[in-house]
Amino acid sequence: MADLSVKIAGVEFSNPLIAASGTFGFGREYSEFYPLNKLGGISCKGITLKRRDGNPPPRVAETPSGILNAVGLQNPGVDAFIKDDLPWLKEQKTVVIANIAGNTPEEYCKMAEKLSDTDVDMIEMNISCPNVKSGGVQFGTSCESVGAITDAVRRHCKKPLIVKLSPNVTDITEIAKAAESNGADAISMINTLTGMRIDINTRRPIIRNNTGGMSGPAVFPIAVRMVWQVSNAVNIPIIGMGGISTWQDAAEMLIAGASALQIGTVLFSDPYAPIKINEGLNRFLDENGLKSVSQLSGTIKPW
Amino acid sequence: MKYDVRKFELLSNEQIADGIFDMRVKNDELAPLAKCGQFAHVYVPSKTLRRPISVCDSKDGVLRLVYQIKGEGTKLMSEMKKGQSVDILAPLGNGFKIEKGKRYCLIGGGIGVPPMLYTAKQTKNPLVITGFRNKSLIILQEDFKEAGAELVLTTDDGSAGIHGFVTDILKERIGEFDEVCACGPAPMLKAVAAVCKENEKPCQVSLEERMACGIGACLVCAVKVRKNGEEIMQHVCKNGPVFNAEEVVF
Repeated sequence: MADLSVKIAGVEFSNPLIAASGTFGFGREYSEFYPLNKLGGISCKGITLKRRDGNPPPRVAETPSGILNAVGLQNPGVDAFIKDDLPWLKEQKTVVIANIAGNTPEEYCKMAEKLSDTDVDMIEMNISCPNVKSGGVQFGTSCESVGAITDAVRRHCKKPLIVKLSPNVTDITEIAKAAESNGADAISMINTLTGMRIDINTRRPIIRNNTGGMSGPAVFPIAVRMVWQVSNAVNIPIIGMGGISTWQDAAEMLIAGASALQIGTVLFSDPYAPIKINEGLNRFLDENGLKSVSQLSGTIKPW
Repeated sequence: MKYDVRKFELLSNEQIADGIFDMRVKNDELAPLAKCGQFAHVYVPSKTLRRPISVCDSKDGVLRLVYQIKGEGTKLMSEMKKGQSVDILAPLGNGFKIEKGKRYCLIGGGIGVPPMLYTAKQTKNPLVITGFRNKSLIILQEDFKEAGAELVLTTDDGSAGIHGFVTDILKERIGEFDEVCACGPAPMLKAVAAVCKENEKPCQVSLEERMACGIGACLVCAVKVRKNGEEIMQHVCKNGPVFNAEEVVF
């Protein structure tokens, strides 16, 4: 039995698998499959300062080896999250990461302040949501804006701060460096890639928002490439995600340079995927004579 | 634990109308839990999303799933063979609430007809109104008769049964019933709900929306409903698929 635990920005995770924001709600539904302490952590559904109803349906479309989604940050708002969901989440004995999204830098700061006074373990700043009209990804696509918003939120945030990056940029390493130099404790990446599907009979986009964020196995090679590039550019830990579906994918992402992992879309076909991935990783570590999962991180031997 | 996935044994998978298949799968643990109006989330190898299919019937550990080929996933389902195992997350959602002593009118339109069969079996002496676009799509007529239901068949083009819509029959006979349950395309459900409202009859409707997780976590299968005077988003998989028609914002 290898040691699966990892430490990110001072926070201990019992294993490297974290449920990815937006695929797992606030955990209650998946707790009806297995105890949530089987997961290293949960990145909660993205929350905003005020309640949001999200986009009209359809909000999902299947793609070759993946899906598009455009939920549009439907959530009850930060106050309702703190009051109604956080106390229950904290009883589940897993790391709780609050994922925040705002229309303005002030909104991000206000949420970071409110959450800093709670038992949330970490805050993940979502500056990469492709599915809302204002805010979201607009903060995440230039070094100046990423630097400015990271700096601003850092001043209001007493919790370890993760900045979640968008892949819809020209050079993700520059963005990651801007986050690091302005106070991010960790990077999580990648958020979804913007995509589109059209019904050829109606000539209407399948998703009501016209475009959506693409996830699933189809984006995995892009995520691996970006995690590798960013791990060469920054010194803070990377939480790797994007299409991880099997323990082999998990090992690959760790080798590329990730210190922990988030998994999302695979849950829709197999709710038990995190448990299977952990079992497979454990065997792989044992077979390779590695005592801990962290010994695998960043061990890529590039040509 | 409330949710579980099991391997079901595929007993049969036959075409019963143009592009419509009747699949029977057996699992003694999960199949008996299914209630009328609930659905099964079927894993299709090579696809990223499961396919939500309404429960047409449940008996002796066998779930009956009647589905239409709508795209790649259901096409692959139609190619599944007897004897293979099918990975299913079921039963899911809130089905029709059936009360003893009430007389029900059950309405199905097109591929919305299958869940009304299991529902008919839970009710006494129901009237079942089934509507189809044309005669090539007609399904389950003998099954409803065997279940003891009074059955009406309508087609949009008059190629079989009564030429007209399910609501034409409902309007004539609504006075005979305590409550209406319906499943079918949204325009039909909207029309059924309007007739029920006009006649002050309670109405339950089973909705459909593109779905991912099936349990209410990912929030993609949104439906707008009115609760306490306020419009909010609920989800077909967890809050539904059956909703009180008065609350649905069509």
